[in-house]
Amino acid sequence: MIKTDTLIIGAGPVGLFCVHQLGIIGLKCEVVDNLDKIGGQCIELYPDKPIYDIPAVPECTGEELTNNLIEQIKAFKTNFHLNERVEELKKVDKKWITKTNKGTEFQSSSIIIAAGVGSFEPRKFPTKEIDKYEGKQILYSIRDKTVFKDKTICIFGGGDSALDWAIELSNTSKVILVHRRDDFRGMQASIDKAKQLKEEGKIKIYTKYQLESVQGKEKIESINIKHDDKSIKEIKTDYVLGFFGLIMQLGPIAEWGLNLDKKTIPVNTESFETNKEGIFAIGDICSYPGKLKLILSGFHEGALAARGCFKYAKPDEKYRFEFTTSSKTVKDRLGVKE
Amino acid sequence: MSKITYIENSGNEKTVEVSNGLTVMEGAVQNDIPGIDADCGGGMACATCHVYVKEEWFDKLPKKEDGEEDMLDMAFEPKKNSRLSCQLIVSDELDGLIVITPSKQG
Repeated sequence: MIKTDTLIIGAGPVGLFCVHQLGIIGLKCEVVDNLDKIGGQCIELYPDKPIYDIPAVPECTGEELTNNLIEQIKAFKTNFHLNERVEELKKVDKKWITKTNKGTEFQSSSIIIAAGVGSFEPRKFPTKEIDKYEGKQILYSIRDKTVFKDKTICIFGGGDSALDWAIELSNTSKVILVHRRDDFRGMQASIDKAKQLKEEGKIKIYTKYQLESVQGKEKIESINIKHDDKSIKEIKTDYVLGFFGLIMQLGPIAEWGLNLDKKTIPVNTESFETNKEGIFAIGDICSYPGKLKLILSGFHEGALAARGCFKYAKPDEKYRFEFTTSSKTVKDRLGVKE
Repeated sequence: MSKITYIENSGNEKTVEVSNGLTVMEGAVQNDIPGIDADCGGGMACATCHVYVKEEWFDKLPKKEDGEEDMLDMAFEPKKNSRLSCQLIVSDELDGLIVITPSKQG
């Protein structure tokens, strides 16, 4: 079991800056995120898109913002537990015990939920009765590409994931790429490559088609795809891969007994604490009158939540406000050499 | 103010007055209309405010800007009359608009 002062759920910009705010007041933390990388929505949804409303930063991309935040908290040597989702929560002797889907356990006096609108999960096919094949012949990500060798694979989607895998797997498998419209939104080089492979007869591309139904017993035998003009085409296939990006789901947090307002967690604006003592919520996931879903608001919320965590971590000490410009203690914590 | 009608997948229908200048998504969220999540808050980054526009209205709406069609690729059951409601700005021209929410957003 990992013991720490605060567990932060979510490694997006708000969670990252909160690490800083906890660090300068002398609290330790660990960070868990369901994604495979640090940065949250900034990295997953808009790494290359410029952001213009970070104070004192006229323009930066989601990736640059993330890298700068990582740089800013380097001194605290924080552990990140990526690819893990916090599932269970219980309170034992005034401490929160949390457990992830990979079995990692934490004991902390406070928890800060900075989870955006929840954890990212793959978007699934809307088609009915596909559940029994999901995770077997219907997949939304690829762990081991060797299983596809010499098989027929139907890939759905129009972005880089769909294009990249279609190109890659065409070396060893029979690939059929299906997309709902003629335009693909991936990188031009990948689009060109896919079209070239189509002309060479190495992959098939069907556009203006979507998945209509799946036929099979234990395994998938064939699928039907439906054209915009309502005509149906049957395709025999071994695997069906869907790449429709990610969607945010609140997940197990919804079962923790926190007050919820739609998909957000109401908090007080003094410390951003929820209805549960020692559990705080900041960033897009929290709600209060006047809430703005801006990164800059999340920074403010994190600063106050960090101070809120102090009394749980050090009940016998009094928190004293200090500036980073003048406090020697804070500078030491930041590793500033004078 | 313009009248916007939201029809849920179940058939429930609600017409509300939305101030010009707000988006069709904001009109739904402020009036507690279910079926529109708008996870990203209107940034065209999530496709969870997806709606079907009543056919007779579809061609009267301003055309999609770059990026909206890309996001619609990720929406749940996109159709020809799909739009992201965060990109539809309410104006006198849209008075009477009817949109249908999908069975779910993702």
